[in-house]
Amino acid sequence: MADTAHGRGPGSGDHGGSRRDFLVLASGAMGAVGAAAAAWPFIHYWNPSADVLALSSTEVDVAPIQEGQAITVTWRGRPVFVRRRTAAEIEQARAIKPADLPDPQDDAVRVKKPEWLVLIGVCTHLGCVPLGQKATEARGEYGGWFCPCHGSHYDTSGRIRKGPAPKNLPVPPYEFTGDTTIRIG
Amino acid sequence: MSAPQSQNALIRWIDHRMPIFTFMHHELHEYPAPKNLSYWWNFGSLAGIVLVIMIVTGIWLAMHYTPHVDYAFQSVERIMRDVNYGWLIRYLHMNGASMFFLVVYIHLFRGMYYGSYKYPRELLWILGVVILLLMMATAFMGYVLPWGQMSFWGATVITNLFSAIPLFGDPIVTWLWGGFSVDNATLNRFFSLHYLLPFLIVGVVFLHLWALHRFGSNNPIGIDTKGPQDSIPFHPYYTIKDAFGTGVFLLVFAGFVFFAPNFFGEPDNYIPANPLVTPAHIVPEWYLLPFYAILRAIPDKLTGVIAMFGSILLLMALPWLDTSRVRSATYRPIYKQFFWVFVVDCLVLGYIGANPPEGWFIVIGRIATAYYFIHLLIIIPLLGKLERPLELPASISTPVIGSGAAQPQAARMEKP
Ligand code: HEM
Ligand code: FES
Repeated sequence: MADTAHGRGPGSGDHGGSRRDFLVLASGAMGAVGAAAAAWPFIHYWNPSADVLALSSTEVDVAPIQEGQAITVTWRGRPVFVRRRTAAEIEQARAIKPADLPDPQDDAVRVKKPEWLVLIGVCTHLGCVPLGQKATEARGEYGGWFCPCHGSHYDTSGRIRKGPAPKNLPVPPYEFTGDTTIRIG
Repeated sequence: MSAPQSQNALIRWIDHRMPIFTFMHHELHEYPAPKNLSYWWNFGSLAGIVLVIMIVTGIWLAMHYTPHVDYAFQSVERIMRDVNYGWLIRYLHMNGASMFFLVVYIHLFRGMYYGSYKYPRELLWILGVVILLLMMATAFMGYVLPWGQMSFWGATVITNLFSAIPLFGDPIVTWLWGGFSVDNATLNRFFSLHYLLPFLIVGVVFLHLWALHRFGSNNPIGIDTKGPQDSIPFHPYYTIKDAFGTGVFLLVFAGFVFFAPNFFGEPDNYIPANPLVTPAHIVPEWYLLPFYAILRAIPDKLTGVIAMFGSILLLMALPWLDTSRVRSATYRPIYKQFFWVFVVDCLVLGYIGANPPEGWFIVIGRIATAYYFIHLLIIIPLLGKLERPLELPASISTPVIGSGAAQPQAARMEKP
């Protein structure tokens, strides 16, 4: 016993570290791996559950929307803006060079049909819902949306132009299932 | 209570096997405290009392509260209207949170004024800042529970702060929410954690007191007690002083609960949460406003978030930022003035945090934010080197009994 305690008994054969050191390290490492593995279920428990993930598509009938109008629908618990742009608004969005924008993006890649702009209506700063869906609401200096929380201005393509928000309003995955129906998600 | 000599056989029997009565006698009765403690030393025990009130009223609220997006708002309204004395329990809990922060902020500024964070109380101070952080997390999650407009949008904005983290920001926020927005999963976990955290606070409070009782309280003069002539037993002298202070405090507390129960609240929180409409003007509870002002003062999202958390964490470094060996501001004529400038700065930040970030508010907010950091990172370290402190009295008893400046070779803070 005294030999093992010092780890250098006859026949232990190692010189750098003792057998005991090895055992401590190996069992410590196993323990750490085990603890990490046991922690994962507790961490992953917080992630969206299967039923929340399953609720992830929404059908919208856009026929009633007139030119210049917009509607808000809910997708995954968040507002989605569907705006039918006027020719002037499209023109305005395409007039600017993407390179001059804070988050450069061409209007053409943000739409499937230029008339229809579909966006997640959540400010990319800290998550408020920007104003501008109704004609009576403030639309900011670029005619798109204005976030009142900390003053972010979005243009008619939903791109950030001014204010603390770092990114453009995101475009959700969507497709036209008919001439006037959209499936989001 | 005095256990070893107790007449009560049961007490003696227990104490022999587990000396809890001896312990309590030692820590709460004969525990020697400096004899010159002022009323500023009441706020620690007050904070403890409010913590107990919060836990009791909270557990009672939970008996009628429903943590579900479809019922939470109604269940709180039911508590207010239909449950017997529900209005009282809720108003105690609501205003108790404000009182808790009021008391703790005074307690904290007291510590700054009298240099209570210096050797040997650095760990005590750090544990205090940990308690403050836990309180903020608890209060933030509690405010979400009634599921009004401010609950919902406050939760949205604050959880979105984490989206500023590079690379992992969005997955972390989704993970916090348990969905793609603040929703039922979020409300449920916030309730669970809101129930848990106060008990963690109780645990840290015990550590805080353990560290305190190692060297005892600091005092308004800021020099160590030199012997029995400088201290008095905690009981009855400070138990009665704390009890009197508690009485005055409860009057103020009751004044709010009965006469202005919504003074600290936001009317928007009596509108049920609507995920599609953001209120025009989102503000957090008053006790978080200075930090909210710091967040908004900085135009860059990530830097703003770092500055906000940094402004609190920096307090933990105060014992090392302050290079002066004199504790009490009473003997630091220049520090004393900067201390009050700092207090005003924090109040200005609070005022800015309550206002929309436009025009002059932005400019003032930026100056006040800059000053907050300049005070802690530049003024405090430099003052310790440049300032000439006044002569310290030889002991706590000297200025009271003899002529204050009798012994010139005053005892500074003794470092080992
Ligand atoms: C550190 C101690 C605590 C603090 C600072 C705190 C803070 C808060 C705050 C600010 C609210 C929102 C009040 C409102 O505007 O309606 C709240 C609500 C609530 N708290 Fe606490 N709380 C604490 C302890 C507890 C404990 C231990 C429980 C036990 C379960 C609890 C249960 C509740 C419940 C059920 C609500 C929702 C009802 C309501 O909104 O009035 N709290 N808390
Ligand atoms: S959340 Fe929109 S500007 Fe801050």
